[in-house]
Parts: sequence; C-alpha cells; structure tokens
Amino acid sequence: MTEVRALSGKPVGELTLEAVRRGEIGLEDLRIDPQTLERQAGIAEQHENPQLAENLRRAAELTRLGDEEVLAIYDTLRPGRATPAELTALADSLGGRGLPRCAALVAEAAEVYARRGLSA
Amino acid sequence: MTAETNAAAGRPVGRVRFMDAQRVNLDGFAVEDADLGLVAMRSPYDPGPSLVIRDGRVTEMDGVPEDRFDSIDAYIARHGLDLSVAQEAMSLPDVEFARRLVSPDVPRSEIVRLSAGATPAKLARVLALLRPAELCQAMTKMRARRTPSNQAHVTNRLDDPLLLAADSATAAAFGFREIETTVPVLADAPSNAVACLVGAAAGAQGVLIQCSVEEALELELGMRGLTSYAETVSLYGTEQVFTDGDDTPWSKAFLTSAYASRGMKMRVSSGAGAEVLMAGAERKSMLYLESRCVALARAMGTQGVQNGGIDGASVAAAVPSGLRELMSENLMAMMRNLESCSGNDALMSESDMRRTSRTLPIVLAGSDFMFSGFGSIQRYDNMFGPSNFNAEDIDDFLAMQRDWGVDGGLRTVTADRIARLRREAAQMCRAVYQHLGLADFTDDHLERAVDAAGSKDLGETDTLAVVSAAQAIRDGGITVVDVVAALDETGYEAAAERILAMTAQRLAGDYLQTSAIFDEQLRVLSLVTDPNDYAGPGTGFEPGPERQAEIDAIRQARGVEDLRAEQATSAVPLLAVAGPSGNGAGRKAAPGAAPGQDPREVVIGVSPAVGRDVWRCLSGLTVPEVLAELLAGLEEEGCTGRVVRFNDTVDLGRIGLAAARLAGSGIGIGLQGKGTALIHRRDLAPLANLELYSVAPAVTPELYRLLGANAARHAKGGTPDPVRNPYNDEAIEARYHTTVIALMALERAWVKPGAPPEELSLEGLR
Repeated sequence: MTEVRALSGKPVGELTLEAVRRGEIGLEDLRIDPQTLERQAGIAEQHENPQLAENLRRAAELTRLGDEEVLAIYDTLRPGRATPAELTALADSLGGRGLPRCAALVAEAAEVYARRGLSA
Repeated sequence: MTAETNAAAGRPVGRVRFMDAQRVNLDGFAVEDADLGLVAMRSPYDPGPSLVIRDGRVTEMDGVPEDRFDSIDAYIARHGLDLSVAQEAMSLPDVEFARRLVSPDVPRSEIVRLSAGATPAKLARVLALLRPAELCQAMTKMRARRTPSNQAHVTNRLDDPLLLAADSATAAAFGFREIETTVPVLADAPSNAVACLVGAAAGAQGVLIQCSVEEALELELGMRGLTSYAETVSLYGTEQVFTDGDDTPWSKAFLTSAYASRGMKMRVSSGAGAEVLMAGAERKSMLYLESRCVALARAMGTQGVQNGGIDGASVAAAVPSGLRELMSENLMAMMRNLESCSGNDALMSESDMRRTSRTLPIVLAGSDFMFSGFGSIQRYDNMFGPSNFNAEDIDDFLAMQRDWGVDGGLRTVTADRIARLRREAAQMCRAVYQHLGLADFTDDHLERAVDAAGSKDLGETDTLAVVSAAQAIRDGGITVVDVVAALDETGYEAAAERILAMTAQRLAGDYLQTSAIFDEQLRVLSLVTDPNDYAGPGTGFEPGPERQAEIDAIRQARGVEDLRAEQATSAVPLLAVAGPSGNGAGRKAAPGAAPGQDPREVVIGVSPAVGRDVWRCLSGLTVPEVLAELLAGLEEEGCTGRVVRFNDTVDLGRIGLAAARLAGSGIGIGLQGKGTALIHRRDLAPLANLELYSVAPAVTPELYRLLGANAARHAKGGTPDPVRNPYNDEAIEARYHTTVIALMALERAWVKPGAPPEELSLEGLR
C-alpha cells in the first residue's frame, strides 16, 4: 500500500511534533486526500455498503472545494432557497468543474424539489 | 385525616394513596392514539409493504406510486434499495424474515443482504414481530462492530473550560470512546471543543470528540481539526417535519459528503417521537416512520445512526410497547449495515426502575454505542438535558456490567488516578488558553475545577471570559495544530503527541467506515477491522481476560485481607487472655474447666477471632463496647459476668450453650465478633435459645444493654419480655453479607478443634 498523504501531498509520516515546531504544518496538511476517500469507498463497497461508497466518492470530489463554497452549496440545497433553474445551473457548474457525482445529486434535487414544492 | 373522612371525600384507600405517591406516577402515560401518531409499532394507517420495479426503477413503494413519492420516498427509492435482492426480500413472509433475524444459524451477512432489499414498511412489520428476548438475541448478532463501546456527554452549565477538560479526562479514563459536548451559549462552542479535545487527551488516547451545535459551525470546528465526528444531523420520517427542520434528503446527503470530505466521521440522528411532538406524524406508527429514517440514512451513505427515541424517547415510553419500539430502532440500523448509537441519552422516566428497564436489554445485547450519550457529568450539568444514566449512575452501571459479566464499555478508575488526570487536564487546558492568549485562569479556579463534582462547586466564574476565548478561537482561526503547538511549548509534549498522532491517523480514513472507533493504541475497530461474528453460544465478542478483570474489579470489591486490615485498625490492648476459663475462685486452672458456682454468674461466650482479628461489629460498635454494655446490663440486674472465648467453633448456638454450661446460673450469652448475640440456657438444644439478635448491623448499645439485663433476669428465674429485633427497610443483606462472609472466614481461621476455652480479661470493659 502506498503511503497515506494529506491533501497537501505531504506524507502522513511527516506530521511530527518536530515539523509542528518548525512551523511546517498547516491546515492543508490535516485535510484528507481524495485518493484516500476513493480507497475507502472501495472498502465500503466490499463490505456491502455501496451507498457509503458513493458518499465517500462525492466527498472525494468535494475535497476540491473550499469550506465556504461547500457550506454555500449546502445552504442552496435547503428547502426554499433556490429555484429549479438555479439548482440546475449549480448542477451544470459542478459537472463542468469535474464533480459529476455532486452534480448528479444537485440535478436530482432540482427535479424532485420542483415536483414537491421544495424550491424557491 | 381519618379513614372515614378520606372515604367521604372520595379519596382512594390508603393502599392506593401510597401507590399514587411513588415516583413512577410522575411519568406521563398516553392512551394509544393513531390519529396523533401515539402508537409504537402498528398503526392502522401504516402502509402495507410493497415494491414494484420496472426497468430497474422503483415505480411503487409501500403502496405509493412513483408520481406521488414524497421527497423521502423518492430518495429511498432511487438510492436506498438493492433491487437485485428486492424481490426475494419482499416475498419472504414476515415471520420467516423475523426467524432468520433471530436465529444464530443465519449469519449477520445474510440478514444484511436481505434487509438491503426490504422497504421501510417491510422492515417495520418484521421487527414488530420480535419479542424482547428476541430483540436481544438479534441485536447481539446484528451489531456491526464486534467490540461494544460507549459514548459520554461532557458539558456544564457554565461552559467552564477547566471543568470541561477535567471532566473529559475523567470520561476518557472511565473508558468512553466518544465524547459529545454542547453549549448552553452557542458562541461558546469553539471553546468547548478545545477544552474537551485537550482534556480527553489527558485521559486516554484516541477518544473522538464532537461539539453538537448548528451544522455550519459544527462543520467549521471539524474542518479545523478541533472535533473529529458529528452525529446531530437530524432526519425525520415525514416530509413535512423534515422540511420544517429546514432540510431535505438532498441537503442532508450533501452535508454527509461534506463531513466526509473533511475526513470527519459522521452519523445521522433520528428516532421515535420527533414527528409526534411536531404534530406531523401523519397517523403513522413510530416504528414505521423510523424505518423510513433508517432507510434514508442508508440511502444517503452515512456510516451510522443515532436513534432509539433520542429527544422523543419519553414519547415512545408513554405508549404501550414503547420500549420495544426504541430497541427495534437500533436493531433496524444494524440490519441496514449501519453503526448503531443506541439512544438511552434522554431521561425517559422519573422512576429508577423504568429507566433501568429501558436501558438494560441494550447493555446485555451489546451495541456499537450503548448510549448516544451517557451523562458522564451530573444531571444538572447536562446541557442536552439529563441522560437516562448520568454521573449519579456510573457506579451502578459498573456494578451492572459486573453483575451480568458484560462489557458496557466502562471500567473502574481509582480515586488517585481520577485526581491526577483531572489536575493534568485542567492544567493543560489552562496552559493552552494562556499560551494562545484566550483566557487566564486563577489557581483557585483550577483547584476548584479539579475537585468539582459539578459546576455548582466552582463558585462564581467569569463566563464572559469563556465567550471571548471562544470568539478568539473562531476569529483567530485556531486549529488543532495551534493546540498541539501550545501544548508542546507549555511542557505537555506527551499530550501534544497524542493529539497529533490521532490527527494523523484520521488521515488514513479508516475511521470513516461503519462503526469505527479508535482503541487506546489508535487501532481502528470497525465493521471492516473488527466485524461481529456472533453465531450462537461460544462465538462472537467475549471480553478478554484482562478486560474481564477490569470489569470485575470494581473499587468497592473487598476480600478477606481487606477486612483483616480494616479490623486491625480497631484493635486495642484489651481482651487479653486472663487464663483458661476455669481460673475463677475455687476452680481448677485447667482446660475444659468446671462451671462457676455463683448462681448469679452469667458467662458471655465470644467467638474465636474476638480479641485477635475481629474488633468491630457490623453495627460499627467495637467488640469491647458491646461487651461493656452486656456487662453493664448484667450488673444492673445484680448479676456478674465473665467473658470466655471459645476456640473450637464459630457457631453462635454452640458458643452460647457452652457459655451457659460454664455459668454458675446456667445462663450464657453468646456473641459473635460481627455482633450477633443470643441468650442460652444450659439445658436447651444448641439451636434453641431464649433470645436472639439476628440483625447485627442494626443493634444499638441500648439493645445490647437490654440483652444483658434480660440474661440476668433469666438467671434470677424471671421471665423477661423479649426484646424485638430492629428490622428496617434497608437492603441489610446486600450491604453486609460480603462482610459477614469475610468476618466468618477470619473467625474460622482461629478455630482449633478440641481447643479449650479461655477466659478474657475484663479490664477496660467496666
């Protein structure tokens, strides 16, 4: 198995107190890496939980977005926040930026929200 | 009020008034009412199970056609079901499904496979068939993680950081593997997270930390590495209530992914009663609505569920079979291959018996987490509201684990260790706050936090300092790295290493799998690494010898040697051997001595260890004090007493009879070191006697004196009114039997068959 790395690319083995003392550790060095999430998705699949696998793969995509954007998308998905068109646009944008699973989730929300009166 | 006026006033009879006054009658009990959703497991309005699949797409589920799916149906239908086993699962008769669920011969994996194809209505119907013992059996098998565990609430009314740190260390030392905190004042949240993180690190390695606040802030704390899991992401069983909660299945699914994207373990929260309380149950049973929640949790891809009532536990408990429903919720999560964090986190009754009855089956069966928050702090400090078990109950819980020989996740901690860890945690927390410029705490404050049983012991504190510390953490972007560096620079390198090691370990992502916890060596225990393999007796989880010893060795346990040492502290230089029992005037100084001649002489016979290893009776009186009372009673009635130790028996009847036979009057008093006493007469059989004090712990000095006086009256040929044994309603046997057994062992050790009796000095007894 290859060594686990943080999102920053730093190998986990380099997360030492010495490195902290030298001021070399930042928040990016504590963030989980999408490859790790992908590996865990594979394990979840092997253990009869394809839904957990899908969640972890969506999460792998979301590692590419900043905290504020993640929270903003969450807010957009809450009831009555966005029109179907806005949701569809968000889905398209996510798809275009290489987050197809998140895009599919948002696109599906757009469709169901419109039918169930959950959109703005 | 007289009986007659009670009756005239229409008041119930005394027996009923007495029953009315019991604590259980403070609880509310509801008439079952499906229209309000006040029904546990079977509402006439629950849909029948159904599933229609066309071209790989669910077109009808539980009686609802696709075009009328609400958002919950739609999410489950699209993501939650394994359509490849759906037909098999749905056509399996409910009873057959239930039998397979219970049978140890059907492996967990087979139930997981079938459940994946079962609709919410189907699983609800199956679970409603299980009797309580069958629920236990099924839970033992279906729990995802082999090793059970437990979660603690750590909060206080003041959000006091030093107390939070000390209490987190305490909780970690007791064995809790997750700590959940929350705040009475929202703005304090970042401070609570830091205090619990630091404190837990003092107590044990690898404890997961959660700060339960609104989603955005909770996620932010997680992103900074200050917390490591989340569970208060609520799901509801009806669309209306879900929407009232300002979420949809899609927003929650996205949030689930958001947590995972920041490497945080996360479970959702649901449970009976929430929809009823919001008047949105749509006439469905609690179990059916929860079945929708659990199906949705699985569909969203969360790793686990906190359910079993939670805030609505007392709603379920108010209706018939409500406790079965709560336990069924947990089992349902397990069937869907999810972690179960099994409720028990809300005080569901004023009755100690009812709340124990609610929790015990889950502890016996074993769950991933027995409690989704055992209140490790006192009830009044629990900012989630009192849990079903709290700091008041930790010793009870430890005893229950030991009684049943089960692993409830907790262990005994010595008083010294608790003191040391609390001090270390509070000092570390103070150092971090000071180093990061968050707040300064006085020595007095620290000492109070170390010693406190709860926040009321802190006195006046500066709560504004907490708010500003929390603000500084948030605005200053303080992360776990800053906390680690602060610990390191203030001399707490070991704690810094611990937190850093766990932070690094989380990056491997193994703890994102179902039912994952870290053990104290930072190994992940989960569905993947520690799968439950229960298949009947002799299989599945069993505490190892070391863990079993930990469960068994509660701090109250006493052995014979403990008692010997305790008795020795009461030893005094009295009761020396005055000679063989026959050295009185005119008698031969020889073993097996002749009886005394004085018709007013009463002999007090004592047991073999008296004056040697046994010095204090169960009543708390010392043996010399008791003897002094007996002698005084004899003298009050004009008799004299001798004290003779019998060395060949521990039997009180034989001692009393032998004493009587030595006495000039023919009347003897027998006294065992534990305080049991009787009056005997030389012509009676050993097991007969004239008066007996059998309840040694409750005998008072006055009663011993009276026994002496009565013995004297017998000696003079009178017929005294026998004294009454002092009975009371306490669990005397529970309290003293262990000590009795040890005391008798001390007595037995001095028995020498055929050894002669010895007269003891009366010095100091008058």
